[in-house]
Amino acid sequence: MEELHSALVAPRGIWWKAAGRQERIWVTVSFVWCMILFAMMPLWHIKGGQNPSGIRARVEPEAFRRRVDQFIADYKIGSEAGVPLVAPPPGSDVYLLARMWQWYPALVLEEGKTYVLHLSSIDVNHGFNLQPFNVNFQVVPGYDYGLRITPNQAGDYRVICNEYCGIGHHLMTGKILVKPAGSAAVAPVAQGGTR
Amino acid sequence: MSAAAAVAAVFRRCPVTGLKIDRHAENLIKVNAVISIVTLLVGVIAAIGLVLTRWQAVHLLPVDWFYRLLTAHGLNMLIFFILYFEMAVLYFAGPVMLGCRVPTPRLAWGSFALMLAGTLIVEVMVFSGKADVLFTSYPPLKADPWYYLGIILFAVGALIVTAIFMATLVVAKREHTYEGSVPLVTFGALTAAIIAIITLLHGAAIYIPALAWSLGIITLDPEVYRLLFWGLGHSSQQINVAAQVSIWYLLGGLTVGAVVVNEKISRTAFVLYVGFISMASAHHLLVDPGMGPAWKVWNTSYAMYLAVLASMVHGFTVPAGIETGLRLRGFVNGTFEWLRKAPWSDPGFAGLMLSLVIFGFIGGITGVTMGTEQINILAHNTLRVPGHFHATVVGGTALSFMAVTYYLIPLIFRKKVALWKLARIQPYLFGIGITIFSISMTFAGIFGVPRRHWDISFAQAPFKYEFPPAVDLMLALTAIGGLMAAAAVLIFIASAVISVFFGESLDLAALTPGMAGVPQGLTKLPPQQYESETVAKVHGAGTPGTVVLVAVFLLVFVMYYYTNWKMLSVVWKIG
Repeated sequence: MEELHSALVAPRGIWWKAAGRQERIWVTVSFVWCMILFAMMPLWHIKGGQNPSGIRARVEPEAFRRRVDQFIADYKIGSEAGVPLVAPPPGSDVYLLARMWQWYPALVLEEGKTYVLHLSSIDVNHGFNLQPFNVNFQVVPGYDYGLRITPNQAGDYRVICNEYCGIGHHLMTGKILVKPAGSAAVAPVAQGGTR
Repeated sequence: MSAAAAVAAVFRRCPVTGLKIDRHAENLIKVNAVISIVTLLVGVIAAIGLVLTRWQAVHLLPVDWFYRLLTAHGLNMLIFFILYFEMAVLYFAGPVMLGCRVPTPRLAWGSFALMLAGTLIVEVMVFSGKADVLFTSYPPLKADPWYYLGIILFAVGALIVTAIFMATLVVAKREHTYEGSVPLVTFGALTAAIIAIITLLHGAAIYIPALAWSLGIITLDPEVYRLLFWGLGHSSQQINVAAQVSIWYLLGGLTVGAVVVNEKISRTAFVLYVGFISMASAHHLLVDPGMGPAWKVWNTSYAMYLAVLASMVHGFTVPAGIETGLRLRGFVNGTFEWLRKAPWSDPGFAGLMLSLVIFGFIGGITGVTMGTEQINILAHNTLRVPGHFHATVVGGTALSFMAVTYYLIPLIFRKKVALWKLARIQPYLFGIGITIFSISMTFAGIFGVPRRHWDISFAQAPFKYEFPPAVDLMLALTAIGGLMAAAAVLIFIASAVISVFFGESLDLAALTPGMAGVPQGLTKLPPQQYESETVAKVHGAGTPGTVVLVAVFLLVFVMYYYTNWKMLSVVWKIG
């Protein structure tokens, strides 16, 4: 006679018994689904366009600040809301510094062109959140996160801080302006204007 | 003879379940449960302030108190409420279920004192504004050294309790207090205890350096901190999962006489938790600059999603056990007679089922999806994250803890459940509230609304940004769902406190079916063992209702998962 018991009962004898057909099917289906979930990630590295790998390196906060200052000196075209407005040429390294409570500087990029966006912080952790596209990266002091980005749509984007960074966290917004493809007229002016 | 009498003196025999209960175990369960509920009250008061602030139309709290209460909410709910309750679960699943004594009662009380001291220090630091660093306390944000010390004392106390649980298993085996293998509930609690040890050691590995750093003795790398902190922070959620699944099995047996369909499958699934769940730390670092893609892919999937597999297995075996139990008791018609005629007015059963559904459908699916390396780009630090974990740890774990409390009050405190009518609707109010809360938060997060943020109107910020109007609606719904859930928690606390301190005493030997204040599973305990001609027939016929339920679950999972890949594919190219 078969015996079944609740989970409160100490089972006697050997309980390592073959599972029923439905359980075996469910375990198999679940296992296959888990393998699909796993395979999607390497697959997206090969086929997909959005990966968080980037170029990762350690950097001293002071060294990163110097790179940012040099970057601004090279490509500044003006200023807005108290921060410099910087228009780097396509293909270049772009620096965005996070600090309490500012994204520094504001950037002007061109649609369809690729840049390496370097993110780092000189004080506490911050969070890079691009609006309205909702793209998110962690910004950690002491680490340079270099992400190859290709803006695929012109527009006036915002950068919001989404890692708690103290009492002024909600004041920390920045700007990335993406110009339509072909309207690159600003770039030479920018370079010529500040060198 | 005198030794035997001394041993006999500390036990009582439960007339309902037949369990032999050690007085120390019983009292330790009581104090841990009581402190757990006190910290729950602190946490829920903070929660009300938080939802009324994030509801932009109300925007209740000033900025400093918003982050202070956010810190308090996280610590009280995710650490204190849950871990005190889990200490009670360990004393129940060990000494009580095995009919064994607490091996070292003095050490057990000492560890409780240590936890209590740690809790008080942390509360004082947080509420006096000396630790406005949120639950995660990421350096270089710094709290007062006493804050880290408080956490360390609490964790050491909890670590001792897990060791006492292990010792109980040894003593019970040696003193032959049970025959055969430990019951599945105890086995599940054992996996929770093992994960707790792994977790708390991670805690030591990061809070001790953090204490030294706060005193200026050493330097601390922010990324290393994040890695080790989440070895504590996320793994502690896996203690909850293992404890909650154990409680599902326990409540299944107590409420409807659910069976273990297959011991091998259920126990193997628990072992998978132990093997793979400690890798959960990686979930939080998917878009961090510290680690490479291979590390991220392997660890976020817990070694090819084997811990997810474990949860999917329990998601089948728990309802299948309930279905089989109810079919054995005569509800054999059609696919769902067993479900229709289940005791839905029993808060223990209602809480169990809602916990199972909310944990799996909302928490599980959203969590696995955004824990995918690339999809995390769309989710990191947005409201999708708290939307997910309020479905797992609140809708799942906390609800299962509340549900089992309705059984612990009569069984352990030997009191009737007070406010019985309210208590019977409490799981529904809580379940519906937290579902609205989690889903609305998740939708707001899909628009990129940040978590842990005082003011998303950016009224004083240099560059203005306005979220779409749908976000305002989502945040209002989040607040309404949150307030419903908070009201349900207050009902639960009122019921538990009134029952325990002012409630009507209960003679467990004289229970009558249908009496108010006692769940139906106790007034007439369902069979815990089935041996008849029909067992083989029912068992062999399987569980068609459960098959339908898990098929729907898988369909929803696949759809949500691939919708997210689609959403990811349209944003900027990033690599």
